[in-house]
Amino acid sequence: MSQGLAMPKEEATLFIKVKEICAKHQGKSSALIQIMLEIQEEFNWLPREILLWLSEKLNMPLNRVYDIATFYKVFSLIPRGRNLVKVCTGTACHVRKAPVMLRRVTQLLGINPGETSSDLRFTLETVGCLGCCALGPVVVINDEYYSNPTTSELEKLFKECQ
Amino acid sequence: MKKVSLTIDGKEINVEEQTTLLQAARAAGIQIPTLCHDDRLAPHGSCRLCSVEITSGKKARIVASCVYPAANGLVVETKSPRVVKIRKVILELLQASSPKGRVEELGRIYGTSTDKFEKELTFCILCGLCVRYCSEVKKADALGFIGRGIEKQVVFFPEIALKSCPACEGQCFSLCPTGILPNKFARSVPSFGRSQPTVFPVRLWDEENFLNLTRNIE
Repeated sequence: MSQGLAMPKEEATLFIKVKEICAKHQGKSSALIQIMLEIQEEFNWLPREILLWLSEKLNMPLNRVYDIATFYKVFSLIPRGRNLVKVCTGTACHVRKAPVMLRRVTQLLGINPGETSSDLRFTLETVGCLGCCALGPVVVINDEYYSNPTTSELEKLFKECQ
Repeated sequence: MKKVSLTIDGKEINVEEQTTLLQAARAAGIQIPTLCHDDRLAPHGSCRLCSVEITSGKKARIVASCVYPAANGLVVETKSPRVVKIRKVILELLQASSPKGRVEELGRIYGTSTDKFEKELTFCILCGLCVRYCSEVKKADALGFIGRGIEKQVVFFPEIALKSCPACEGQCFSLCPTGILPNKFARSVPSFGRSQPTVFPVRLWDEENFLNLTRNIE
């Protein structure tokens, strides 16, 4: 694949960070998952251009890269919001009325699970068990855990998210 | 190479170590049905149709013969009632997603009932023949798997397919055991001219979903 295809000019600045991450792992193909995790930390998602570039840089077929990127749920191939909201729908939380909580969050954010708001402010996800069932129903906002938050509490928390 | 001796369907067979049971059986003229196997490709073990019953010591168990290496003293049954029953169920399950092509042929041989499981027509059994042929023989990697579990599917990567596929003239088509890849591909060929990066799913009705998955936001 040609370099030009993989790297559009206007996004060259975007690639500096990617190159740094890649260099940190000595461009080893065995570090693909770690590299993608770090890239995602940076951009919140994995743009197609970056995967194309990675495939070339790590000397790895594109189908292998995509196979792995779509296998793990942690990777997102579509843009995600700046704030990640997770609602636990595990068994314990379900029993403790997680569906009601999910409806509440969905209404407040105006997006369905798996969706991202058009202003890229929020992404809503449902997750399995978070391991803190005693707190259920659990809502996680940017890695902060909240136990059974009320609508007004949620409203306040979401307002703080930029 | 060290030789090993085993018994397949009562026949004493000597093969080299590292030979798979499938190769050993075929060399001895014993037919085992397969869907995901191709002599040119590394074994995949995904269709499980080549399942055989092996006995070593007292315990009998079912293994996929295309990936199981021959070993000394192994007793293999390729047509035992247990094996036949398993193959029949596998075929019935496969027919729920792709009731045509080689799956259909084998189904007829094993006398499957085609309406045992609810149909969910994807026309892909994820055997990986097309994907592996493209990678291992053509070294093109124009095809690949994406997703996992029930969402797993085969897709073309247009960046590569645009360049490699015309020259190869779709040799992967003839490998498809569901007999559907050629037709599906024929329908998506015009899309190759599109400037937008698009991936062509073999499961075409999922195209919208897939585009949502891979599309870059402008």
